Amino acid sequence: MFIIKCPFCGERDQSEFSSGGEAHIIRPKKPTELSDVEWAKYLFMRKNIKGVQFERWNHSHGCRKWFNMVRDTSNDIIHAVYKMSEKPPIK
Amino acid sequence: MPENLRVKASNFIDETTKISFKFNGKTYYGFKGDTLASALISNNIHLVGRSFKYHRPRGIMTAGSEEPNAIVQLGSDKALTEPNVRATEVEIYEGLEATSQNCWPSVNFDISGINNILSPFLPAGFYYKTFMWPASFWEKYEYFIRKSAGLGKSPTEPDPDIYDHKYIHCDVLIIGAGISGIIAAKIAAKNNLKTLLLEEKNELGGLTIYQDSDFFKIQNKKSSDWLKNEINEIKKLSNLEIKTRTSVAAFHSYNYLLARENLTDHLNKEEKKNKVRQRLLKIRAKNVIIATGSIERPLVFNNNDRPGIMLSSAVKKYADYYGVVCGKKTVFFTNNDSAYESAISLNKKGLSVEAIIDIREKSDSELVKEVEKIGIQIYWSHTVVDARGYKRLKEIIIMPLSKDGMSVIEKKINLKCDCLAIAGGWTPAVHLFTQSGGKLKFREEDQVFLPNVSQSKQISIGSCNGDFKLNEIIKNLIINVKNFLEIKNTEYDNLKIECPSDNVKKNIWLLPSNKVIGKTKPFVDFQNDATAKDIKLALREGFRSIEHVKRYTTTGMGTDQGKLGNMHALGIVADTAGVKMGELGTTTFRPPYTPLTFGTIVGRNVGEFFDIFRKTPMHEWHEKNNAKFENVGQWKRAWYYPINNESMDEAVQRESKAARESAGILDASTLGKIDIQGTDVLEFLNRVYTNAWSKLGIGKCRYGLMLNEDGMVYDDGVTTRLDENHYIMTTTTGGAANVMGKLEDFLQTEWPELDVFLTSITDHFATVSVCGPNSRKILNKIIPDLDLSDKNFPHMSFKDAHIDKIKCRVMRISFTGEQSYEINIQANYGKSVWEKCMEAGKEFNITPYGTEAMHLLRAEKGFIIAGQDTDGTMTPIDLQMDWIVSKKKYDFIGKRSLYRSDTIREDRKQLVGLLTDDPNEVLEEGAQIVAETNKKPVEMLGHVTSSYFSPNLNKSIALAVVISGKKLKGQKMFVPMKNKTISVTIADSVFLDKENKRLNA
Repeated sequence: MFIIKCPFCGERDQSEFSSGGEAHIIRPKKPTELSDVEWAKYLFMRKNIKGVQFERWNHSHGCRKWFNMVRDTSNDIIHAVYKMSEKPPIK
Repeated sequence: MPENLRVKASNFIDETTKISFKFNGKTYYGFKGDTLASALISNNIHLVGRSFKYHRPRGIMTAGSEEPNAIVQLGSDKALTEPNVRATEVEIYEGLEATSQNCWPSVNFDISGINNILSPFLPAGFYYKTFMWPASFWEKYEYFIRKSAGLGKSPTEPDPDIYDHKYIHCDVLIIGAGISGIIAAKIAAKNNLKTLLLEEKNELGGLTIYQDSDFFKIQNKKSSDWLKNEINEIKKLSNLEIKTRTSVAAFHSYNYLLARENLTDHLNKEEKKNKVRQRLLKIRAKNVIIATGSIERPLVFNNNDRPGIMLSSAVKKYADYYGVVCGKKTVFFTNNDSAYESAISLNKKGLSVEAIIDIREKSDSELVKEVEKIGIQIYWSHTVVDARGYKRLKEIIIMPLSKDGMSVIEKKINLKCDCLAIAGGWTPAVHLFTQSGGKLKFREEDQVFLPNVSQSKQISIGSCNGDFKLNEIIKNLIINVKNFLEIKNTEYDNLKIECPSDNVKKNIWLLPSNKVIGKTKPFVDFQNDATAKDIKLALREGFRSIEHVKRYTTTGMGTDQGKLGNMHALGIVADTAGVKMGELGTTTFRPPYTPLTFGTIVGRNVGEFFDIFRKTPMHEWHEKNNAKFENVGQWKRAWYYPINNESMDEAVQRESKAARESAGILDASTLGKIDIQGTDVLEFLNRVYTNAWSKLGIGKCRYGLMLNEDGMVYDDGVTTRLDENHYIMTTTTGGAANVMGKLEDFLQTEWPELDVFLTSITDHFATVSVCGPNSRKILNKIIPDLDLSDKNFPHMSFKDAHIDKIKCRVMRISFTGEQSYEINIQANYGKSVWEKCMEAGKEFNITPYGTEAMHLLRAEKGFIIAGQDTDGTMTPIDLQMDWIVSKKKYDFIGKRSLYRSDTIREDRKQLVGLLTDDPNEVLEEGAQIVAETNKKPVEMLGHVTSSYFSPNLNKSIALAVVISGKKLKGQKMFVPMKNKTISVTIADSVFLDKENKRLNA
C-alpha cells in the first residue's frame, strides 16, 4: 500500500485515494464533429504501461481533489505528484 | 507406558510446572515452556501424522515454523477447532487437545496407507491426467477426489474468539530477535529511534541463546551468556517495543507490513477468557531491518521422510533448549560443519551419537577435530541410500560416494539408529525481502539466494543476508546498520568474537542411490509428497519454467509453502535441465509467510460490524412498526410493513392499493441529495443531463437522466431550483456517492471555468413522501398556511414552508404516478414529521409503504429504476425515453455516443412492457424471453427486468428488455420456465394513467 503525497493535504495512506485511470486525456471540445473512430479513441483507448505512467488520482476520502501522479507501474515508485492545471514535472 | 525422554534441566523449561494435554485421545505430560512437539518427543512419540498423498507415517522434523509434517488439528469444539497447526509452534497449556490429521481410522493404522503401495500409479499430474476423460465422468470422480482432498477439518460454527487490528508507526522495525536482531534493536533504540522488535517465538535470542558452547565466544563469554545479558539490557530501553509470538505475514511496498501477534493461544481456557486472541498489526515503518535468519536444509535421499529423521538443528534445539532427546541412537548425516556442532552438544549431555556421515571428503575445522577427539565415527565421503522403519526409523544404509559424487560405489553398510539428524546447509529466509519487491542474487559457493536490490528503505542482516559465521554476522551487521541508520559509532564496534574457522562445503541436491530413481522415494516437499522423481518426470514431460514445475508437481504448495524443500526442487531442475540455478530463478514468495487465521484478517469487522450500515432518522419508527428491511447500498430501507401474519406479497398488495386509493407514506431519506450553488449551475446541468435546463425557473423541479460518456444511462433524479443560484439535485440511493464523484471530476478537470460548487447533503435532510388522492388534505393539516392549489403549487414545483417554525422544503414530485409531496426537513426532525403525517393521515388510513410497494407503483406507471431496468448497456433511446434527449443542445455527457454505429443499431435490446395472457401469472424477474420455443438452439431475445401483480390494475405487469422491442408491440412472446411456458404479449411500458391525470389531480 503506497503513501501518496496529496498536493493539497500532504502524505496520506493509499486507502484514502482512488485511482482515475490515465491522465492528460482531454475531452474533445467538439465531440459532434468527430468520426466514430476519433470519438472511440477518446472514449475507449487507454494505455496500460509497464513502466512510468501518468495517472489521475482523487483524494476521495480526504479533500476530494483530483490531481495527477507519475507512477512506475513495475515497482509502484511515485516519481511526482502535481495539480490538475499543472504540466507534468517530468516527461 | 510412554517413556520420559527428558534428559537434563533446561533454563527454558519450567520443570516445576507439569502440564497435561491430550494427543489422539491419550493424556500425556509436559512442562511449561514445551511446545506440543517437544512434549510429544519427550513422551517418545514421533509418529504424529500421515502424509497428504501417500499417507506415509510422518514425524516431527523441525523445531520451528518451517515444519512440514507435524501438523495437527487442535481442539474438537465445533467453533474453536483449528486445522493445520504446526506442533512445533504450539505452546502446550493445561487441557490442550490435539489430533493427527489426514488419517483414518488412526495415525497408527491408516487405510489410505495403501496409496503408498499404489504410488507407482500416482505420479505427478496423476489427477490432471486421469480425470481429463471422459469429461462427463467428472461428476463421478469428484466425490472421491473431494473426499480424499484437504488436510484438517474446518470449524463448522462461528468463531467466538475476539480478534483485533492495530496500526503501528515506527522509525525502525526489526523482524526477528536472534542475535542480529537484538544487536540492531539496541543500536537503533539507543540512537533515539522509535524501534519495534518482532519475534515469532515466545523467547528472544534465536539459535544463539542456547548455543552454550566454548567454540563461540563474544567478549570472552559464551555467546549465549553474552546474548542473555544483551537481552536484559534491551528490555530496559524505553523507545524499544518488543513483541514476541508475533510473526510478520506480509511485507508490502512502501514499508507497509502486516504481522500477527498471538496473545492467548498459549494460555489455558480459563486464562483465555474475554481476551483478544490474535491481533493483526498494520505497521508502517520508516526503516525495516530484516533479521529472519535461515532455515536448515534437509538432504534428499530414498525414504528421507521416515519418522525419526529430523533436521540436525532441530535435534540440537530439542536437546539444548527443551532438554528432550530425539533418539536413543542418533546418527548425523551432513554436508557441512553444523552437524558437528550439534553432535558435540549432544555428547556433552551424555547422549549417544553413533556416527556422522559426511558427503565431503574432509574438513579440518575445530568442530570436526573435537568430534574426532570424542571418538565419534565419521564416515567421510559417504551417503545414506535408504532409511528403514515404517513408523519409526530403525536403521539406515550408507554407501561410499564416487569421486564426482554422481554415484555410489563399493559396499553397503547398515547402521542401527532411531534418529537421523540431517544437515544440508542453510537457506536464508529471504521470503519477506522478496515480498517487498526485492530482487535476489545467487551465490554459487554455497548455493544460496541472497537479497540483492531493494527499492524500499530496508536491509537484511545476519544469516538471512548470507552471513553464517558468528564473527561475520556481527561485523557485517554493525557496518550495515550504521550505514543504514546513519549512525557513527556503536558500543559494538570493537567486539572480540571467537568462532570456528570457515569450513568446507559441498552440495548435492539429489543424493545418488544404488537404485534407479523410479524405485526410490526421495522426498523434496514432505507435506505435499512431491519427490525428486516427480520433478524429473515433469521435466521429461516438457515442463521447463520453475513456476510450471511447481504447479504440476505441487512442490512448495502446501501450508508450509516449501520452506524446506524449494531449494532442492530448484537444484534438481537446474541439474537435470543443465541450467544454472542463478538463471533459473525462484518461484514467487507470496504472503502470508506462515498461515493466518481468518479471524485475524477480519479483526472486529464481523457480524453487525462487517460493513457499516446507514439508518434514516425514521429507522426506529419503522422497527417499531414491524418493518422488514432491505439493504440498498449501505442503507437499511423499510421494505414492507407486514400486519399480523401477512406474507410479503400480501403486505405489498395492501400497501400499493392504499397508496393509490387514499394515501401512502414513504421514507425517501436515503435518496442522494447534492446541494449545488453557483452562477453557472444551469449550464452545468445542461452538460450533465440529457435534457434542456436553461429555462428551469425558480421554484421548479425537473427530472433528468444522466449518461456515461459511452451513452449508457448512469443515474436519474429530480433537480430543483431553490433560488437564483441555489439548486438541489437528487440521485438514486445507491448511486449518490458515484454521481457526486463523477460531477466533481468533470468540474475539477474538464470544466474548471464553471462557477459551480457541490456539497453532499444526503444525511442532512430527512425526506417524507406522502402520496395518493388524499395527500393534499394531509399536507394541508400539517402545513395549513401553504397554498396547495394546483395553480400555486403544481406538479414539479417547490415551496419553502414551516412546520411548527421549523423550516422545510416541500416538492410536489412523484415516483408513483400519484399526486405526491416530498417534505425535506433537517434530519433530526425527520421522525417527528413522519409521526405528524401518520397522525394527520389517520382519518385517510394513511399507509406506510416500503421499497417493494414503491417499485410496484412506479412499474404500473412505467417509470424506470436505474440499475434494475438498466444495466449499463441501455441508452435513453433503448429505454424509449427519446423525449428526454435534447436535440438542440450542442453537447452533454454521452451525447456523441448516442449515434455511434453500435448505439444506433435497431436490433438493440429495448425496454417494453409485458402482459401475461393469464393475468394472474406473475413472471419471474430475470426470466428469458423467446419468440419460438421449438427453435434450437433457443434464441433468447431478452429478459424480464421488473415484474409484479398490480393490485390497482388487477393483473400481472412486467417490464422487460427485448431485441427490437420497440417494433414488436402487440406481438406474442414466450417465457419458458422450468415446468411450463408462459405466453406473453409485448405492450406499452406505461400501464396506468398515460394521461398523467392522477399526477396533476
